[in-house]
Amino acid sequence: MKTTYLLGAIAAATMVAGAASAQATLEAVKARGELICGSNTGLTGFGAPDANGNWAGFDVDLCRAVAAAVLGDATKVKFVPTTGETRFTALQSGEVDVLIRNSTWTASRDSELALDFVAVNYYDGQGFMVKKDLGVSSAKELDGATVCIQTGTTTELNLADFFKQNNITYQPVTIADDAEGQRQYLAGACDAYTTDASGLAASRATLPDAENHIILPEIISKEPLGPVVRHGDNNWGDIVRWTYYSLLIAEEKGITKANVEEVAASTNDEEVKRLLGLSGDMAVKFGLDNDAFKRAILAGGNYGEIFATNIGEGTSINLARGLNALWTQGGLQYAPPFR
Amino acid sequence: MALAHDAPKESFRLSMLIYDTRYRAITIQVFVLILVAAFFAWLLNNTIENLAIRGKEFNYGFLWQRAGYDIGQQLIPYTNDSTHFRALLIGLLNTLAVAVLGCIFATLLGVLIGVLRLSKNWLVSRLMTVYVEVFRNVPVLLWILLAYVVLSEVTPSPRDFKAAEGVEPAASMVLGGTVAITNRGTNIPAPLVDHSLGGFEIGGIPVNFTVLAFIAVMIASFWANARILTAARLKQEATGDRPTTWWKSLLVLFAPIIALSLVLGLHWDIPALAGFNFKGGILVAHSFTALLVALTLYTSAFIAEIVRAGILAISKGQSEAAFALGLRPGRTMQLVILPQALRVIIPPLISQYLNITKNTSLGIAVSYLDLRGTLGGISLNQTGRELECMLLMMAIYLTLSLTISTVMNFYNKSVQLKVR
Repeated sequence: MKTTYLLGAIAAATMVAGAASAQATLEAVKARGELICGSNTGLTGFGAPDANGNWAGFDVDLCRAVAAAVLGDATKVKFVPTTGETRFTALQSGEVDVLIRNSTWTASRDSELALDFVAVNYYDGQGFMVKKDLGVSSAKELDGATVCIQTGTTTELNLADFFKQNNITYQPVTIADDAEGQRQYLAGACDAYTTDASGLAASRATLPDAENHIILPEIISKEPLGPVVRHGDNNWGDIVRWTYYSLLIAEEKGITKANVEEVAASTNDEEVKRLLGLSGDMAVKFGLDNDAFKRAILAGGNYGEIFATNIGEGTSINLARGLNALWTQGGLQYAPPFR
Repeated sequence: MALAHDAPKESFRLSMLIYDTRYRAITIQVFVLILVAAFFAWLLNNTIENLAIRGKEFNYGFLWQRAGYDIGQQLIPYTNDSTHFRALLIGLLNTLAVAVLGCIFATLLGVLIGVLRLSKNWLVSRLMTVYVEVFRNVPVLLWILLAYVVLSEVTPSPRDFKAAEGVEPAASMVLGGTVAITNRGTNIPAPLVDHSLGGFEIGGIPVNFTVLAFIAVMIASFWANARILTAARLKQEATGDRPTTWWKSLLVLFAPIIALSLVLGLHWDIPALAGFNFKGGILVAHSFTALLVALTLYTSAFIAEIVRAGILAISKGQSEAAFALGLRPGRTMQLVILPQALRVIIPPLISQYLNITKNTSLGIAVSYLDLRGTLGGISLNQTGRELECMLLMMAIYLTLSLTISTVMNFYNKSVQLKVR
């Protein structure tokens, strides 16, 4: 009987998942009138509730753009905070419709976890932050150091690889999320804190004495971060992908939140017309209204605007565009043609 | 002429299954059994179908793949090149380490507090009441977090031990400069021997002959000591005077182990500050200490209550009789009350041991990589095999708990009143 109990418990845990059918995310979101977006538990600049409890950030704005495109209202988003450990389960089980939470695109997540990374909204790499008075200027000098590392992440594996390759040792302190990582790091429970460089910059920005902490020059991995959907619902994946690309195309074409109506009235660029739903029925083919992508741009502005308001130079996070500049400006952000 | 004839032979009819009380109970049981079986079959089918929809197959092959992550506390060798199964073993050993030490310390502390709570000294008994009420009425998770925060916030960082030019270091090692307590952990000296006896491996688990030799010598010493004491008791019972045994006991208990240490060249590897952290010795991370301390304090409060109940269950006449025979209170407790109280104490004690074992999984809150942290945490996450990992983890905890209760039940049988 014991085995039967066991199987029962497990099955009970998984049967909830069965409710979400593979092809129906768009219908489910429309019927619900709300997009459920898996977000970070709190990473300033990328996804965190502000003082009034409103979610704000680079990833959050993409969620809002998707909600604007699908539902016509950028505020109809419910943010479900997920940790590095819970995020993919939340997505697989249908608890969230889309996961936009600085998650790294890897082969095994595509295959084994049966997820689809639909785009890369931030090209990142893993770095280290240390206190300045530690006197360390390179990650290779961290031999014997204690390192705080978020569990359930790709960075956990990169860290092990990096130290092994350089023949140096470290003592890992496993933490659940960014807030705990910061606390442990500040309390001195670890010498170095490692995560995506963008995450480090965001963490550093929230420290009271940011100038006493430095981010080491080594970037030890490729971390393409992007929105994730469940494998199998291709139409939903396309919607999230093209909402993101519409923001990229908008930046490329100089369409901003402020001038979108003006551009719509005056443009004679056929691609812009198609994007804004003035000609053709591109958006209808995705199962959306024809002005869906225009609404997405209106939600938080184009990619460049979202970047600049949340994490760009001049904000407390102060990240340069770098790899995330448009392809026309030497970066990697490139959208396929909208036709 | 027959006055009474036999009752008519009633043939079995289907309706009797419901209306005949002889069959009704069986009918209901069979019916419920079918319902339960159908429910589980439906759950199982649902699981299989859902797994198929998500394109996942139930497979434990991942256990033999490279784990790729590092673990802080390892009781047996492990690197990030080891398999997930090896990581599971590391986690299991870490779980067991906390569980076993927790059970021992909680029992010792719990018995002491339970006895003291019955003390006639007003202050002592009230203090113990406060202890019990405070510790058992706050969730153990909070105690674990508190212990961890206290340990890591009030202790100096390793850099404070560094002596700068002309400046005294802000912190120094304790216990004659052998133990360093930093905000990361406690570095204690490690025993090393010059002449190792070597060892071998069974299924990846190293067996060290040196350690075995020490354990064997200690067991032998204790056994010899027990023999000496038994011989003394027999002689006392036979002749009335007890031979002096203390020097024999001391000699038997300590001489062999000291001799072995000298022969093997035992010395201590004392931790020293090197770079970022202390090197050498053994690092006992604060996550381990915090978990152990919190579980011990929390569970000892429950054990204290169990012990108190057990003692109160022994009739007052027992201690009065003991006093009448001239036994002092301490001896009365030791010789008369506790042996009888044990019969009442053991069964609820078993469930406290099970609680400690299961509560070790709360170590996740302070990043203690036990079974929940390795198999149910990082391995699960990196491979995405929730169902397999959770099932395996539940099976392991179930096995652990059942093993503990079996062992304790045997012990319980041995202390029960023998009715002949």
